[in-house]
Amino acid sequence: MKILVPVKRVVDYNVKVRVKADQSGVELANVKMAMNPFDEIAIEEAVRLKEAGVASEVVAVSCGVPACQETLRAALAIGADRAVLVTSVVELQPLAVAKILKAIVEKEAPSLVILGKQAIDDDANQVGQMLAALLDWPQATFASKVEASDGQVRVTREIDGGLETLAMPLPAVITTDLRLNEPRYATLPNIMKAKKKPLETVAGESLGVDLAPRLTTLKVVEPPSRKAGILVADVAQLVDKLKNEAQVL
Amino acid sequence: MTREVMDYDVVIVGAGPSGLSTAIRLKQLAADEGAEISVCVVEKGSEVGAHILSGAVIETRALDELLPDWQALGAPLNTPVVEDRFLLLSESGARKLPTPPQMHNEGNYIVSLGNVVRWLGEQAEALGVEIYPGFAAAELLVEDGIVRGVATGDMGVTREGEPGPNHQPGIELRAPHTVFAEGCRGSLSQSLMARFQLRVDSDPQTYGLGIKELWEVDPSVHRPGLTLHTIGWPLRADTYGGSFLYHLENHQVAVGFVVGLDYANPHLSPFEEFQRFKTHPAIRGVFEQGRRISYGARALNEGGFQSLPKLVFPGGMLVGDAAGFLNVPKIKGTHMAMKSGIVAAEALHAHRAGQGGSVVAGYPERLRQSWLWDELRGVRNIRPSFRWGLWGGLAYSALDTYVLRGRAPWTLRNHADHTALKPASACRPIDYPKPDGKISFDRLSSVFISATNHAEDQPCHLRLKDEALPMSVNRALFDAPEQRYCPAGVYEIVEDAGAARLQINAQNCLHCKTCDIKDPRQNITWTPPEGGGGPNYPNM
Repeated sequence: MKILVPVKRVVDYNVKVRVKADQSGVELANVKMAMNPFDEIAIEEAVRLKEAGVASEVVAVSCGVPACQETLRAALAIGADRAVLVTSVVELQPLAVAKILKAIVEKEAPSLVILGKQAIDDDANQVGQMLAALLDWPQATFASKVEASDGQVRVTREIDGGLETLAMPLPAVITTDLRLNEPRYATLPNIMKAKKKPLETVAGESLGVDLAPRLTTLKVVEPPSRKAGILVADVAQLVDKLKNEAQVL
Repeated sequence: MTREVMDYDVVIVGAGPSGLSTAIRLKQLAADEGAEISVCVVEKGSEVGAHILSGAVIETRALDELLPDWQALGAPLNTPVVEDRFLLLSESGARKLPTPPQMHNEGNYIVSLGNVVRWLGEQAEALGVEIYPGFAAAELLVEDGIVRGVATGDMGVTREGEPGPNHQPGIELRAPHTVFAEGCRGSLSQSLMARFQLRVDSDPQTYGLGIKELWEVDPSVHRPGLTLHTIGWPLRADTYGGSFLYHLENHQVAVGFVVGLDYANPHLSPFEEFQRFKTHPAIRGVFEQGRRISYGARALNEGGFQSLPKLVFPGGMLVGDAAGFLNVPKIKGTHMAMKSGIVAAEALHAHRAGQGGSVVAGYPERLRQSWLWDELRGVRNIRPSFRWGLWGGLAYSALDTYVLRGRAPWTLRNHADHTALKPASACRPIDYPKPDGKISFDRLSSVFISATNHAEDQPCHLRLKDEALPMSVNRALFDAPEQRYCPAGVYEIVEDAGAARLQINAQNCLHCKTCDIKDPRQNITWTPPEGGGGPNYPNM
């Protein structure tokens, strides 16, 4: 069984994101980039399935600028076998990414696609679902446990008030939640080996899909800064403020 | 537990200017002869450049020697210095001073050293150097009195020191020669100095603490290529230090403050001196319509020539600020660090061709023949002369520079910084103004934008030799100075059930090494935390 894992290059979670002075977007110059943490969980899960003898090959795929190669190398260091980079000169929005991934799935014919549930930069939470729809495959989102066997996959999801377990026939799409696993540290020898693993580059424009952005960003602004709190004199004043100012009572 | 072993011809600790220059030069020399050499660089920062912090105005002398076509190779040296200003500040006034000859910057560039180092990393990788960021060299491998390499730290160790669920043991990186390029006050370099007695013939090293911010300023006050240095206010004349303010490209201004760590008053807070400095009437205008985008701090060497340790020992050598080549009157160390790396590589290359044993004696010999040696020797008395205060130091420096021209028949000695503190009761308390949140800030909001992070569940990397001293000595005699000299708010006295104790917020650490230097009883040892931890500086 082959598993495909899409990974996204995003601003590192340690970095305090800053809006560009002209409000056209978020500052990326000189900012540390890293793999989207949910995608790291997806890679880890795929590699564990391979180590458990369930999967035979793990292919990582990323879409975007040439620097996404670093993200793919990080995936290879965790244990993916090979990588595909789909380059694009236009800004890629979730629908375009889903279409690219559909084209890659048709070429690679994996039994399972595991994606992060969302990327920590745009928080869109769309690609996995769109991909499943475009492929007409079953999907299980926000997985906290994955068990695959005999052409079937059972996925446990954390839902309001409990756990839900779904069974799906393969091929299928899974998106990962935070508690699915804790990704391993890439070891130095594995980072070295990752440099020699195959990484294929495909021009996004050659895939015959429409990559044009559908949304236009008007402007990006920082959230308003929180106002300082006040000390109330007594309970009566508190109740009064909750009633009349905050209007929550 | 057995660790995996990887063998190289040369292992380099630290991907900064000196370590990468060594790596690049080694590869160039091998390529010239059609020979192979395997070179590995380990770096504790999460990426190359993540822990680099400097002014910086750099002189290209060493870069010209290492990569003469750096311009064609796209080196990020984009802002030539067009004007130098030097001011003496009083509380409300500013007087122009003549710029001393060492501080003339014609031909120099204002850069982000972080970006320069990232670029150097790319050059090194293109030549075949293996660079592994995110791995801290945590342990020396010494056998039969010879350094055989280093081991990287374990990953995934719990706070209690036990292997956690994701534990990964470190790797042994072994090589006939290990180059230590850890920067100022490197933790392994410190162990080496003790173990191989590298400091027996030299003065103690002395240090300064540099604190820096990067600002995006209003285009109307931006003057690309302008450098401004100040001395005087807010420091008193008995404390060595001053500011720098460099106008870079893209409406960015780098501003920083350096305080000599030989200050005596334990009430002094370098962080708050810096914050106060920015509010001076001659300075604040630059920042008024701007926004602060990054913050960081790093100790720097000030000991100069007379504090240089022995540079070679069996199986290894020290380069760059790990040894301490910074030229204090020039306020520049990058060209010296790079030069020392180049010379070390050349000596090592010649040594490997012969059958010379484990000590590369050619490195200090070649260094003594180089411009680096003359440059450092010539300015050796300037920094130590500031023991006579600002006015005495300025007077002596003028004499040394213009009359003696660095050829004084004497050498002023250095004293260890940690011995300089006077008891708190004997010193004047300092009342620092509250930060306004616009131009001056508090420590925590500053540390926040350094993007520093350490995996939570790991042993504290700031080790106390004696758990009692923080209260019995540091607090009792010196009013807990670590609360003030630490620019990251790592050290905090907290009251627990009526009893005060020292709390160490190690996750805030910026890896500046000041605590390791300034603790009055040398009770704090800085050790490398899990690799990849620490600040994530952008273009600092």
